[in-house]
Amino acid sequence: MTATHAPSAPRLDVDALIDSPETRIIVCCGAGGVGKTTTAAALGLRAAERGRRAVVITVDPARRLAQSLGLESLDNAPRPVPLPEGTPGGLHAMMLDMKRTFDEVVEEHADPERARQILANPFYQTLSTSFSGTQEYMAMEKLGQLRQSGEWDLIVVDTPPSRSALDFLDAPKRLGRFLDGRLIRFLSAPASTGAFRFLGAGVNLVTSAVNKVVGAQLLSDLRSFVSAFDTVFGGFQARAERTYRLLQAPGTAFVVVTVPDTDALREASYFVDRLAADGMPLAGLVVNRAHPLPDGAGARLTAAEAVRAETALRDAGTHSLASAALRLHAERVRTREHEARLRNRMLSHHRGIRVAEVAALPEDVHDLAGLRTIGAALADG
Amino acid sequence: MRLHIVTGKGGTGKTTVATALAMALASRGGRVLLVEVEGRQGVATLLGHPALPYEERELTPLPSGGRVCVLAADAESALLEYLELFYGMRRAGQALNRLGAVDFATTIAPGLRDVLLTGKATEAVRRRAGARRRAADSASAPFHYDAVVMDAPPTGRIGRFLNVNSEVAGLARVGPVRDHADKVMSVIRSPRTRVHFVTLLEEMPAQETLDGIAEINALGLRVGSVVVNMARPPLLGEDDLAAAANGGLDKAELVSGLKAAGLSDVDGLAAALSDEVRAHALRVRLEHRTRARLTELGRPVVELPHLEGGVDRSALDRLAETLGEQGMDR
Ligand SMILES: Nc1ncnc2c1ncn2[C@@H]1O[C@H](COP(=O)(O)OP(=O)(O)OP(=O)(O)O)[C@@H](O)[C@H]1O
Ligand SMILES: Nc1ncnc2c1ncn2[C@@H]1O[C@H](COP(=O)(O)OP(=O)(O)OP(=O)(O)O)[C@@H](O)[C@H]1O
Ligand SMILES: [Mg+2]
Ligand SMILES: [Mg+2]
Repeated sequence: MTATHAPSAPRLDVDALIDSPETRIIVCCGAGGVGKTTTAAALGLRAAERGRRAVVITVDPARRLAQSLGLESLDNAPRPVPLPEGTPGGLHAMMLDMKRTFDEVVEEHADPERARQILANPFYQTLSTSFSGTQEYMAMEKLGQLRQSGEWDLIVVDTPPSRSALDFLDAPKRLGRFLDGRLIRFLSAPASTGAFRFLGAGVNLVTSAVNKVVGAQLLSDLRSFVSAFDTVFGGFQARAERTYRLLQAPGTAFVVVTVPDTDALREASYFVDRLAADGMPLAGLVVNRAHPLPDGAGARLTAAEAVRAETALRDAGTHSLASAALRLHAERVRTREHEARLRNRMLSHHRGIRVAEVAALPEDVHDLAGLRTIGAALADG
Repeated sequence: MRLHIVTGKGGTGKTTVATALAMALASRGGRVLLVEVEGRQGVATLLGHPALPYEERELTPLPSGGRVCVLAADAESALLEYLELFYGMRRAGQALNRLGAVDFATTIAPGLRDVLLTGKATEAVRRRAGARRRAADSASAPFHYDAVVMDAPPTGRIGRFLNVNSEVAGLARVGPVRDHADKVMSVIRSPRTRVHFVTLLEEMPAQETLDGIAEINALGLRVGSVVVNMARPPLLGEDDLAAAANGGLDKAELVSGLKAAGLSDVDGLAAALSDEVRAHALRVRLEHRTRARLTELGRPVVELPHLEGGVDRSALDRLAETLGEQGMDR
């Protein structure tokens, strides 16, 4: 009767994945807080210790990762992570700085005078620091750059914390559409209403709404931004599309991270569907922070048996220690059963998906040793 | 207090606590609005209702005669309502939608989404009885709602969400958006507004609570209570816990208990169970430490029990009552 054991899904063979020279990019994605950054770092470390020249790009505003890698801080260029003598491969790590990355792209695509204009524009400054989607856009850009450089044979990508895991794939396009779209053109040249006949009689209304709501100063910032950025944008958009295609290439593997709760599994499920729809290669699912039961006599005692035995003791009014231990055991088995139910429900919609389970450690992951433990657990499945 | 903002790490029980708090506040006979802003229909899910519309809907009446209304706010509806209410521009809204402006305001532009959502909640706080329109602000009529409870974004985003002023500054340093943001901010900064933090007795949510409180303080906003949710009583007495945590559990006693309960393979079982008891004892110890760290903050700490079988309407009544007993309904 135990749903608690016998993982019904095939095992995700993490070592085969990271050992294969064919694997060039691993993208870790999933809902907020499930362990994407931790998984990315653990995979990078394990790959390095098994001989790969790996780099991890992370997006972790909390700087936990830098600390766990033994670095004071990370910045926008890959830094070597100090590993024990005799490690066969190597590990670099970097933390995405979206503004720096954006600035660099502008500088690369525009002549110096135009670049200066763009960088000084207040609208650009907001765009490059706080538009939603910029982080995802720049993470893709950085990935493209690292891949191009050829310095690493494995790139592990951590995806930004966001409301939805799908944002990693959708946000760059959404932002690209905005930058290239009707709205920005309309706002920057509302006078030339000819191009906006599709709005019908709405044009004047909209113009007046826009003026009232956003005010004249923003419009003038926007106008100078658009005129300077227009020449740069084409090259920019083309790069983003190339990188997106890289995600569909055979050397790329997506690892979807989740925890065994309803919301995170639902999010993982959407993401898996989306990868299939876009022809992006899924390596498998990591179920992080699970609560497996240890093998042995404990695992064989069901919750119902434990409760029955506990009731007998309670009725007799003796052995309070054993009674408490049995209650505790019943609770633990129920937790496990609940997790297994949620997990199996998700897997039944995604037959054949490969799974690795990682148990919840008693404490947060603080250092290389912790990452190594997670890496080993990933490989054990 | 008139505006209660409920935040906490994801999944700790923000929606549950916000709902129970709204019920507790209404239990003295007042009228309370519960606003959710994440567009996830959390309240409907919790109450087992179908999705709620963008509309202030009354919940089934409380036994006390108090009234709780629920509003599931989303940025897009708030934007259209805002345009219509303040500029009389319903048709502009449709045209803006075709331009992609609605999408821009609600998903891409930093802060606009937040100012729309906080704007909706603070409008309800300011609203006077009798009228729904701006003119009513200045009237001396009594407030329409005695209190407003907001089921807010999680700790990771709460600072930015509430600091709407600086959030929209990049886009609007002057002008109408800025004026609107200023008005919203004055309600959020009001001495009658509190930000409550929901947490579990676990390392991560507690750490997020500590960080979040520091952030809220730094913004000059007022922190209310720390709500420890899903608290479980320890299953063992102090002595047994201490012994188990130090690896000194009385195994012989455990074995004889398991025997008395009629179980077989008692030695193997005792070994497994004593590991589990030890893990439990260590967790309880960690919980004590976590509770102590939270208490040191000097804010009222309110505790809600973990309810077996999840949260339904009667569980919410119980949680509301427990909040009231601990003084959170003031
Ligand atoms: N198996 C595990 N056992 C215990 N703690 C873990 C485990 N995996 C991750 N953690 C801890 O959980 C926290 C969140 O993990 P992490 O930062 O990797 O998540 P994330 O998905 O990157 O989050 P975000 O969406 O905020 O970027 C960290 O404190 C990490 O140390
Ligand atoms: N005191 C409690 N006892 C038992 N279950 C609880 C308790 N409080 C909340 N829960 C359950 O925990 C889950 C999460 O609660 P809730 O949805 O309120 O959290 P949340 O913080 O709003 O989550 P999210 O971040 O996803 O919005 C729900 O299934 C809820 O029923
Ligand atoms: Mg992360
Ligand atoms: Mg919620």
